[in-house]
Amino acid sequence: MSERGVIVGVDVGGTFTDLFLLDASSGSFRTAKVPSQRGNEAQGFLNGLNALGGAAGMNSIVHGTTVGTNTLLERRGPKIGVITTRGFRDMLEMRRRDRRRTWGLWGDFVPIADRDLRLEVNERTLADGTIHTPVDLEQVRAAAKLLLEHGAQAVAITFINAYANSDNERRAMTEVRTLWPNAFVTGSHEVLSEIREFERSSTATLNAYLQPVVAAYIGKLEAALTVQSFSGQLHIVQSNGGIMSTATARRLPVRTALSGPAAGVVAGAALAKAAGFDNLITCDLGGTSFDVSVIADAKVAVAAQTTVDFGLVIRTPMIEITTIGAGGGSIASVDRGGLLQVGPESAGSVPGPACYGAGNTRPTLTDAQVVLGRINPERPLGGELKSLDVEASKRAIATDVGEPLGLLVDEAAAAIIRVAEARMAGAIRLVSIERGHEPARFVAMPFGGGGALHVGALIREIGLKCVLVPRFPGITSALGCVLADLRHDTVQTLNLMLDGLDVEALQRRMSTSARELSAVVAATGIPVARIDVVNELDMHYLGQTHTVTVPLRDEAGEGTCISQSLIHQAFEKAYLASFSRLLPGLAIRVVSLRVTAIGRRPAFDFSVFAPERFASLERAQIGKRRVWFDGGWRDTYIWARLALPAGAVIAGPSVLEQPDATTVIEPGLAGRVDVFGNLIVEPAR
Amino acid sequence: VRSLDPVTLAVLNGRLVQIADEMDATLYRSAFNPIIAEAHDACHGLYHAQTGATLVQGTSGLPIFVGAMAFAVKAVIDKVGRDGGLEAGDTFIFNDPYEGGTHLNDFRLVRPLMRGGRVFAWIASVGHWLDIGGAVPGNYNPKATESFQEGVRIPPVKLARAGAIQQDIVDILAANSRVPQSNWGDLNGQINALDLGERRLHALLDEYGDDTIASALAALSQRAEALMRASIAALPDGTYSYDDFLDNDGVIDRPLRIALDLTIAGDRMMCDFSRSAPPCDGPVNIARSTAVASCYVALKHLFTDVPANAGCLAPIEFIIPDTTLLGVSAPRPVAGYTETILRVIDVIFGAFAKVAPERANGSPFATINALSLAGWREHRRRWIMFCFFGGGLGGNPEGDGLNHSNNPISTATIPPVEILESLYPVMFTQWALRPDSGGPGKHRGGLGAIYEIEALANDGAEVFLIGERGKYPPFGVNGGKSAALNRFIYETDNGEATPPFISKVTDIKIRHGQKVRLETPGGGGFGDPATRETTKVVRDVRLGYVTREAARRDYKVVLLADGSLDAEGTAKARADI
Repeated sequence: MSERGVIVGVDVGGTFTDLFLLDASSGSFRTAKVPSQRGNEAQGFLNGLNALGGAAGMNSIVHGTTVGTNTLLERRGPKIGVITTRGFRDMLEMRRRDRRRTWGLWGDFVPIADRDLRLEVNERTLADGTIHTPVDLEQVRAAAKLLLEHGAQAVAITFINAYANSDNERRAMTEVRTLWPNAFVTGSHEVLSEIREFERSSTATLNAYLQPVVAAYIGKLEAALTVQSFSGQLHIVQSNGGIMSTATARRLPVRTALSGPAAGVVAGAALAKAAGFDNLITCDLGGTSFDVSVIADAKVAVAAQTTVDFGLVIRTPMIEITTIGAGGGSIASVDRGGLLQVGPESAGSVPGPACYGAGNTRPTLTDAQVVLGRINPERPLGGELKSLDVEASKRAIATDVGEPLGLLVDEAAAAIIRVAEARMAGAIRLVSIERGHEPARFVAMPFGGGGALHVGALIREIGLKCVLVPRFPGITSALGCVLADLRHDTVQTLNLMLDGLDVEALQRRMSTSARELSAVVAATGIPVARIDVVNELDMHYLGQTHTVTVPLRDEAGEGTCISQSLIHQAFEKAYLASFSRLLPGLAIRVVSLRVTAIGRRPAFDFSVFAPERFASLERAQIGKRRVWFDGGWRDTYIWARLALPAGAVIAGPSVLEQPDATTVIEPGLAGRVDVFGNLIVEPAR
Repeated sequence: VRSLDPVTLAVLNGRLVQIADEMDATLYRSAFNPIIAEAHDACHGLYHAQTGATLVQGTSGLPIFVGAMAFAVKAVIDKVGRDGGLEAGDTFIFNDPYEGGTHLNDFRLVRPLMRGGRVFAWIASVGHWLDIGGAVPGNYNPKATESFQEGVRIPPVKLARAGAIQQDIVDILAANSRVPQSNWGDLNGQINALDLGERRLHALLDEYGDDTIASALAALSQRAEALMRASIAALPDGTYSYDDFLDNDGVIDRPLRIALDLTIAGDRMMCDFSRSAPPCDGPVNIARSTAVASCYVALKHLFTDVPANAGCLAPIEFIIPDTTLLGVSAPRPVAGYTETILRVIDVIFGAFAKVAPERANGSPFATINALSLAGWREHRRRWIMFCFFGGGLGGNPEGDGLNHSNNPISTATIPPVEILESLYPVMFTQWALRPDSGGPGKHRGGLGAIYEIEALANDGAEVFLIGERGKYPPFGVNGGKSAALNRFIYETDNGEATPPFISKVTDIKIRHGQKVRLETPGGGGFGDPATRETTKVVRDVRLGYVTREAARRDYKVVLLADGSLDAEGTAKARADI
């Protein structure tokens, strides 16, 4: 059984490909970090496996990928076609009649499928599910042929009201499949059987757009793994944080949009839980962005919809990750009103911060860290650069920030960090305080290359309880791939009144969904401890268009304990959690049923991360240098993070170095190493 | 007032804006009518204790409300000044368009944020209710000649006294609407939003102290003013004029002039609308406060980096005489105010194109096309489908205008067809981009749309429309051409018809199975269309944005039979100009 074997998590990010290998039989692990190859992600993936000795001995590989996201953001996908209800081919291009930003009227939108590849056929279903016009299959055939002639590699079929009755859409799909040369045929009801034609069609069309790309990518990986005599199975992490089979990923690639970041959140949740914390905010600071996600009561927050870029909407459950443009490469500048700004403009990883000496001369957040002595210029992350150019950082900060604000270069650098930290704190507040979570109950978990540089701000600015820096902050997403549960979910719009609801029919529907979804989970072949089924109803007062999600406590999925009055109570409880006033007497409607099957993985033993038994403080202390804190330079001890023993307490000011990250402990704070090798930073007593 | 360091200021600004944003989201999610829930025709913010001036606004609120709310809060402040008796937990409600309102559908809730027995600031919510009586379902009565035909007018009154909702007021509101349940739901949504905002703001004040927040609010306002002055000072001094026209007022069929003389003098700006038409009989008048609010919207679109608070209006003087249709008082009808404010915004864009041509954009489609279809359900209950529609934005220095956008006064998204069809007995038969509707230009205007709707109810539907741009199209700039005109077509027993007032419709009824069709304008073009890259024109024709004939006529680009460029023919056509 593979749980006794070797499982490898692979996270291919924009800059680095990170790997985490767990040998379950010996309880040992290894990590690797190799450069990513933009545009040829499969090569970076294989290089990473080779760094761990090749795929031959591995039992399963779980992959977090950004191929989907990058394809969408960079519009690298193939030519695709869309077949729609007559009169509606422009729906995708017309969006929901929005514009890019509230203020300013410039900027246009190029849809993912060109207008001449969006074809209409006679067919129409009404809102109540009645077929008004049966689909004209002759027209469907003609449309499919024309799309193929134009070189379309995939096709989406998106009919109005297909959520209410999918007959026309299914018949059209069957017809198209008879002459379509590949498997890339997506029907809107298959991807999302939910009301709102733009959101459903957009999701279906993006799925079609990603199918050839993701299928080719997975094919390439699988072929190369075969060459390496890999006899196990490859799996993909979905945006909802669960693992799926490569077969499902080929069919529903739109569910991979946030694959990599989602894995990071999964790892954060598991690490924190093992360390004894149920309330957590993960903070992933990379080169261009800062990604935040909240885990309350050990539950990861899941959003129903996300906008990848203007007009590109994906509606499928995804781990709720709030992103702001504040990363190590974010550029600092002074605006015309004299206010210091950091980001959203970024120097990225190429050309990168001024200190990289690769052509950028504007100051970034990383430059400020270098000038203040927090990042060791002799040991940059990732090992590609030999050293950082501190003087270049100073020049950039003096010119762009120091002079306009009348600050010395040190002060200017400190101001850049403070403003960036204020923005990070704002993002955290948006997902925590502003949603009613009390910060003093939460710990922050910074990861990514730069997160642990800002430990102090997370405590000071937001009032978080403490900060937990995982043992290997730089490979957290790869670890998440190894930890993630299996997961599959579905939604079905019902539009039924609660009064007089046929509860038995609902129970039958829930049981059927539960069976189908559990089968998908089981088919992945990864052993699970058990399969949980979660049933939720989207409900509202009749007349509202938005809904509240009402969990039905029936984990077994048999629907044995639901009744009209229990649903009513559950609705009112969920409604009051969002709004201050119930509307007694008004009719209540069940809009949609959401069912999720989760295959729970056996618990992971985090003691594999325990520090060496013979580690000592003396050997961990590797030097001293001057670092800027609180308006002045302070002599500061430098520690080798991984050499610290369990139970060690490091008082601020201190800098902890390790190959994949740097941790800064500010004066007034102290860090304690726990038995799992985590560093827990709190105000010093 | 102590001074705050810029970092703390930035932090507090973020916190305050987030609170307003979350109030917006709370109302959207709990509202009943799709105009708020789906189209986001609402706004929330924080306002000055004594002046009502805007202190903080959400980023998602309807832009025109952002400008108008300050006047609404001032109306409440004045009332409290006259009547006294303000208590914590009081909430005022009103829709009076002449007291800082816009039109009767927009209901404002205003609540004091009390600290230590004194008003620290006001929080307010505005949302567009579906119906509040009057002659026409949905209140867009194009034939109204006085406010009383438009609906019920509520002056600022207390909806809640010391936290207790006054059932008397709720009953009066319910008795005066065709859809009382929808209004009741929206009212509760607005209360939800105020409750949340009040709770969050108290928490913020407790955390930082009232003095710190007061200092931050003052500093943010000063900063907006400084940025606005810097922006104006960078422009060349002089007086720049631009005139445009409304088709008619719906009652008398003659054009109405909207005229602006814009003066730049150092770091000050003057907007003089004195040459505009006098107050009109029909519902396209606006109150002075509404006119100022629309200028604010135009300026925010031009100076995007100036923060959204009252400070940015400080360097600007407005001359809006009450002898014009832009400065009316009760009971002049105002239901179609959206059309007039869009034209006010257009003339600012037009004048600005003379001030700084390199930063100008073609006029946006600039008509909201407020279309109501209405009828009866069982038990003589009303159904009203009210919707406003999209069009193109102007070509601009960056590129082509956006196809099918919302208007500059709005961030409203359009309700989904599937939501509308599930709520009302209608079927959309077309929802498409409109070829040749974008104004030709080096950078083409974005395309407008075609919407076609069939009545499914046995007794058909009554139809009401207030639109514009049926006679005077959205203009281009820097040599760019005008966009297509707005068109409305309805089916009768004798074939298709267009209404006598072109863009304004009342007293029309379609039968079961008959259709109405709206064809909306695109945006004006930017730059001479004969200089547009030929590859772009070829692509426009291939994709059907521009017809072959228009490519030849407007862009001087000739295509071969297979759709590719006739290089020789094009060179000749372009040389002949």
